[in-house]
Amino acid sequence: MSELTIEARTDKLDEVLAFVDKGLEELDCPVKVQMQIDVAVEEIFVNIASYAYGQKEGMATLQFNENEDKTAVTITFMDEGVPYDPLVKPDPDITLKAEDRPIGGLGIFMVKKSMDRVDYEYRNGKNCLTIVKSING
Amino acid sequence: MLNINKEKNGNELTFILEGRLDTTTAPTLEGELKGEVDGITSLIFNLKDLEYISSAGLRVLLSAQKVMNKQGSMVIRGANDDIMEIFEVTGFSDILTIE
Repeated sequence: MSELTIEARTDKLDEVLAFVDKGLEELDCPVKVQMQIDVAVEEIFVNIASYAYGQKEGMATLQFNENEDKTAVTITFMDEGVPYDPLVKPDPDITLKAEDRPIGGLGIFMVKKSMDRVDYEYRNGKNCLTIVKSING
Repeated sequence: MLNINKEKNGNELTFILEGRLDTTTAPTLEGELKGEVDGITSLIFNLKDLEYISSAGLRVLLSAQKVMNKQGSMVIRGANDDIMEIFEVTGFSDILTIE
């Protein structure tokens, strides 16, 4: 298991992705899956950076785990901001025409679509969002 | 990192994107578009060398599409399979004209 604790700010995104990519590269993760995981990590981290602490600053912690046979990864995001379950948000209507499509609301939908599992839990004063993704290609 | 190259030919404007269109780089592209899109009737995005797109990048493409629906047309070219899959999952493949 590896862990990164970092200021929850969007200008830290590159460091967050570097941390995740390092873990994925050690597992020989296919490029396509790495991109899907990177997109999910970006959406979740940027959400935390943008909303968890309001105007204040705070920290975010990522835990990176692989399963025993190294075929799947689990990444958990933790913050101590306002309790917020992004999974209760209704999915956007992706059949709408461009004019009718709202600009936002896609991020967490992309996470749900591309990851094998997404779980949210509020535990010990922390938002904990966990994504699981098989890396078998 | 995102490199943005532009080619203008009369009312036709091509953006050639290379690298990553993400939370960090999307605002730059948005700014470039705002400054250039006036009077353009044909907007082309060449994504041949685009490696990565997140929802921040999709948002910029969606706003550009909305603008171009009013004043002309917009086309996406050269997107690789990984980026195509993101367009498909998000329903963007139905909104955008992809060649």
